[in-house]
Amino acid sequence: MDRRTFLKGSAALGLAAPQLARPALAQGGKVLRFVPQANLANFDPIWGTQYVVRNAGTLVWDMLYGVDAQLKPQRQMVESEEVSGDKLTWTFRLRPGLKWHDGEPVLAKDVVASLTRWMARDPIGLMIRGIQDDLAATDDKTFRWRLKKPFPKLLYALGKTNAPMALMMPERIAKTDPFTQINEYVGSGPMKFVRNEWVPGARAVFETFTDYKPRDEPNSWLAGGKRMLVDRVEWVIMPDAATASAALQNGEVDWWENPISDLVPLLRKNSNLNVDIADPLGNVGSFRMNHLHPPFDNPKIRQAVMTAMSQEDYMRSIVGDDDSLWKKLPGFFTPGTPLYSEAGGGNVGKGDIKLGQKLLKEAGYKGEPVVCVVAQDQGITKAQGDITADLLKQMGFNVDFVATDWGTTGTRRASKAPPSQGGWNMFHTWHAGADCINPAGYPAVRASGEKAWFGWPDIPPVEAAIAEWFDAADPAAEKAAIDKVNAAAVEGVVYVPTGFFLGYQAWRKNVSGIVKGPIPFTWGVSKA
Amino acid sequence: MLGYIGRRILATIPVMAVVGLFVFSLLYFAPGDPAAIIAGDQATPDDVARIRATLGLDRPFLVRFWEWSWQILHGDLGTSIFTNLPVTTMIGQRVQPTVSLMLVTLVFAIVVAVPLGVVAAWKAGSLIDRLVMGLAVTGFSVPVFVVGYVLAYVFALELGWLPVQGYTPIEQGLWPWLSNLILPAVTLGLVYIALIARVTRATMLDVLQQDYVRTARAKGLAQGPVLFVHALKNAAVPIVTVIGIGIALLIGGAVVTETVFAIPGLGRLTVDAILRRDYPVIQGVVLLFSFVYVLVNLAIDLFYTVLDPRIRY
Repeated sequence: MDRRTFLKGSAALGLAAPQLARPALAQGGKVLRFVPQANLANFDPIWGTQYVVRNAGTLVWDMLYGVDAQLKPQRQMVESEEVSGDKLTWTFRLRPGLKWHDGEPVLAKDVVASLTRWMARDPIGLMIRGIQDDLAATDDKTFRWRLKKPFPKLLYALGKTNAPMALMMPERIAKTDPFTQINEYVGSGPMKFVRNEWVPGARAVFETFTDYKPRDEPNSWLAGGKRMLVDRVEWVIMPDAATASAALQNGEVDWWENPISDLVPLLRKNSNLNVDIADPLGNVGSFRMNHLHPPFDNPKIRQAVMTAMSQEDYMRSIVGDDDSLWKKLPGFFTPGTPLYSEAGGGNVGKGDIKLGQKLLKEAGYKGEPVVCVVAQDQGITKAQGDITADLLKQMGFNVDFVATDWGTTGTRRASKAPPSQGGWNMFHTWHAGADCINPAGYPAVRASGEKAWFGWPDIPPVEAAIAEWFDAADPAAEKAAIDKVNAAAVEGVVYVPTGFFLGYQAWRKNVSGIVKGPIPFTWGVSKA
Repeated sequence: MLGYIGRRILATIPVMAVVGLFVFSLLYFAPGDPAAIIAGDQATPDDVARIRATLGLDRPFLVRFWEWSWQILHGDLGTSIFTNLPVTTMIGQRVQPTVSLMLVTLVFAIVVAVPLGVVAAWKAGSLIDRLVMGLAVTGFSVPVFVVGYVLAYVFALELGWLPVQGYTPIEQGLWPWLSNLILPAVTLGLVYIALIARVTRATMLDVLQQDYVRTARAKGLAQGPVLFVHALKNAAVPIVTVIGIGIALLIGGAVVTETVFAIPGLGRLTVDAILRRDYPVIQGVVLLFSFVYVLVNLAIDLFYTVLDPRIRY
């Protein structure tokens, strides 16, 4: 090879490189490349309740009902339902033509098995199971649910977004123990899971299920016709936000579920990209105190902390200077939703340190160490933990700051032992706003003592008001019950809400049909 | 020689046993609970306890260690707690990207570093020498992720020559495979270049003072053959040693590089498994890394005999 040949070859290689560098499209179809919020490490949406599993699950497994953007449950796999006059017997009929991905028809016995498995893991499912008299298929397309007492929230429970969702599986799969992972991923949803292309930690692939029969109605969140406008959806797992940002700008991926707010100005400058709020229901920041052990077994000390903390400090630590991304939250329910309540929330997150110090003194704090467990590997928990540590020190608490990772926090928070023996006094987390629209899928607001969520608050007025909500037959009665829940939860400090915050999503301009919602809904999304 | 190789291979068995016991114990006593992670944030303590029981994580240490050891003896690394996939399958999915990255990095680093080190030694004290050593210090000092982001910005975002992230299997074409590896290999290779260049320079400086080099020059040999044939071959043993040690560095460095460039390799698999407490995967990967490291050391020891006939085992 002479010098000229070498230079020509090199130049040709250099020119070809930009084209070759782009990932090739799968043959014969449109591929949507999506960067999800986290790795799809397992794929059983009943066994594992992480949001990322739920989100993938909605592509593969369909639901009997699905909530729409107005948070109302609408029929999805169900064609019709009848409820008896005493409201104790529900009879459901499935839509005709529903098929599993293996070609078998969807039968009522599959639904019964799926509901049975779901009920064992879902908080509201457990309530239904507690009042269930009988659940049985009456023919291939019909099943009947008999209850011991009316349960007005039944359809909502079947269509809700919070995990675990009531996703339908074939009977042979749904009979798996609910605490054991399934090993076969056959659903009847709009996409099939391509198992042999699944590389946990790297990618997950879904292909359009050509036999799927979408409903005729326009799609709205989990309701309506789930029409797939691409042939294949590839989830590309990117643990590093800067890499995801660069890949989106470079056209290597099409849609990024959760860009961090620091990178949003950069993405906005790119004329090929759209950036918008991901989920209008946002998130509720939180720190929980352990009600079993001093000092937070004393409600007055919990109230002192809730009064002294400044929600603005917490929110700015999470979202930075973008004021459009957060708001104060004097309660426990998601702003902008029908049951949102500020009842009793006047002192929540006031940021009045002096008043907090005064209340703390009156409450008789004896200087016990406060073991504050903070997961450093989650940006939101780390930011909140740093604010809390400073707050507690300013108030005069004796703080034992335990910097750890989320895996360790997950274990430690389950311990009821005294803080000095491996237990804890405080930990930080956050809740999807979609989970906080009512008490149905919101274990964090429950206050049933030993059976409650971590921290084990035991506040009977909260539980009584929640029971009222479950029994409420109309929106006015529901709102009245939630006002009571909010006031009682503030009074007893079930947990401390640190504020309401939103997040972004970003996508390339050749992609259309992306909507705001608690789940990245892929149906209705097309790519030019 | 064959006897020596056999003894060394047999010696890996107790090494692996100790590594296995150490890793298993470490994970057993380390805080964290995969059941809590699986159950998710909304789960109740009872849910977490049930999942822990079904995974067998509530059983005594000795029972679990015995079961795991028995599996290993049968060539089974177990099943991932999270994915329900065999650990061997998960490792198999990740081997090619990591091996590719290490190979390309190794070739790139050796091809660049050895000549640089030789030239620096030849021109010791000159501007070239100072430049090379300055580059070496920079290579050591700049964090891998910073180099990675800068390279991705320039060559992917600005120039559009190379992809930002991902991995294309070699079966899909040489250039697609290589194009995904160039930036990560350069990123990862800089530290390695710095290390090898410095060691090459130091060793060559010593060798260039030897009588046989002076003799070669006196015989009228050109500078190239003197440096690269006579001197470099005699300086090769320490360089090869450093290259071998560097493979361990590469494994460590690959974790960061694979994250920055979203390469689905063993480094990311390890980090993901550690963060989730996926014990079988962590144990399997650590055993694999240990085994590879033992084999690399053996290969280097054997290579010494090729480079220096005086070395015999």
